[in-house]
Amino acid sequence: MSKVLMKGNEALGEGALIAGCRSYFGYPITPSSEIAEYMAKKLPKLGGAFVQAESEVSAINMVYGASSAGKRVMTASSGPGISLKQEGISFLAEGELPSVIVNISRGGPGLGGIQPAQSDYFQATRGGGHGDYHIMVLAPASVQDMMDFAIEGFELADRYRIPVMLMAEGTLGQMMEPIIVREPVTDFYDKSWATTGCKGREPNIINTLHLPQDEIENRNIYLANKYKEIKANEKRAETFMTEDAELVVVAFGLMFRIVKRAVIEARKQGVKVGLIRPITLWPFPDEHIKKAAETAKRFLSIEISMGQMVEDIRLAVNGKVPVDFYGRIGMTPNPEEITQQLLLVAEKEGA
Amino acid sequence: MKIVAKRPESLTETRYHYCPGCTHGIIHRVVAECMDELNIREQTIGICPVGCAVMAYKYFNCDMIEAAHGRAPAIATGLKRTQPDNVIFTYQGDGDLASIGMAEIVHASARGENITVVFVNNAIYGMTGGQMAPTTLLGQVTSTSPYGRKIEQEGYPIRMAELLAQNEGSSYISRVAVNKPANVAKAKKSLKKAFNNQINKKGFSMVEILSTCPTNWGMNPLDALEWLEDKMIPYYPLGEFKVKED
Repeated sequence: MSKVLMKGNEALGEGALIAGCRSYFGYPITPSSEIAEYMAKKLPKLGGAFVQAESEVSAINMVYGASSAGKRVMTASSGPGISLKQEGISFLAEGELPSVIVNISRGGPGLGGIQPAQSDYFQATRGGGHGDYHIMVLAPASVQDMMDFAIEGFELADRYRIPVMLMAEGTLGQMMEPIIVREPVTDFYDKSWATTGCKGREPNIINTLHLPQDEIENRNIYLANKYKEIKANEKRAETFMTEDAELVVVAFGLMFRIVKRAVIEARKQGVKVGLIRPITLWPFPDEHIKKAAETAKRFLSIEISMGQMVEDIRLAVNGKVPVDFYGRIGMTPNPEEITQQLLLVAEKEGA
Repeated sequence: MKIVAKRPESLTETRYHYCPGCTHGIIHRVVAECMDELNIREQTIGICPVGCAVMAYKYFNCDMIEAAHGRAPAIATGLKRTQPDNVIFTYQGDGDLASIGMAEIVHASARGENITVVFVNNAIYGMTGGQMAPTTLLGQVTSTSPYGRKIEQEGYPIRMAELLAQNEGSSYISRVAVNKPANVAKAKKSLKKAFNNQINKKGFSMVEILSTCPTNWGMNPLDALEWLEDKMIPYYPLGEFKVKED
């Protein structure tokens, strides 16, 4: 294990290589482009495949092809590019093709801006493409997470035969931090379903077409059961000072780190505040929220958006206590600004 | 008794769903015969389109992938770059390849992807019910060009073989037809060349095959074969448009 200073996007690329990813297909977009650049530099030396596709639509379908062959494969983009990839993501989900898709997110809608944002939360967690499907979504909060979640993302993708999205704000892609370089995980995953040529077996077919009505329904029931299994096994969250908290703040990714400092400051000023960080955005860690709602008087969702995750929190709280929202977009709120908000909300509650 | 013709091993026993008089069945057969004769069935991966051949994965007796509309060349790229020893072919119609998948096919050709593209051109959208395709001829009546295709309204039909032959990355580009036995034999020869090209790692190959759609053309099968000869071939001339020298 060695400690190195790395940029978030590069740590993510290195994590993918450590996980055994040897194919990358992408299209440049700020603030994700360093991932493609990193893979373009490294993959040829490792005997891997790198193609700069003509579009995000093509890139995600190149991912489809490589994943069909059973390879560990990744693509990365940012909001507008992820929108273009949604068609392919729907096909990957239905074809049960393991893959890692990275969204180094920026503000939208439209071209939006290139400042960090979390406003692709709905798109990431609600499917985004057509049909009844989910993908797993992990939200890193540090450059270390960028590497660790890339490794973990490939494991989860193979374990459940599902596309896994890593969604990180542009800041995390662009910032540098010292990290520990991880060891690869070497679990074996059966890929006898892959299309690699039918020598010595019956032909394999990767297909997403189901014309008979019972077939399409059974297929969707099958997928729904898989999603239930993932919900039962893979909800992840980190909690901070929630045990006696009267005000529970929920924040993910970069926002979690900023809010953590604000929580420490507000505690110094006598506010009983705690913090929950969803690590998996889908499946959403609703049990952590429910548990905190047993003792908390009020929740506050803080997001770099106009309010998206707040809906998942409200669903989990189910009317038991009020859920407030505070968010900015374009501007990332700083700890002082958040501290002020915590004091304001606490005052409202009389905490 | 000497067997002179049998079902190719590279086709399954599944009965085709194609309309009477449609030439997809002939094209499937010659593709399969090429695979048999080149002994590549066990290393081949086929990629099906969206459109009439959407269920081709049921007919070819090799590993198969069903693609989204137009995306087969991108899927083929991802496959071939990670599995260079497999033989990869895409099977695409004109709506799939020349309309929604125009970017994918042009760039796969420009990159010189070492794949084989079977491009079935019947000048109309078949599966969706006879709408205008990029290859629909001038004056041709379809459900979305009900007064006949006009230059000022819909522009000109696209000649894909000529277009892709311009790309340096294209190695072998031809246009054939399957309207009569002599042409079917030429089509097979061309397809075999396209597969051999890939086996010999020469790069991108496409065979455009003029095909019939009696149902959506509103003709009986025999008239459709004549229409192909009389109307399509004059606008879409047969021949080899690119044969890259070694």
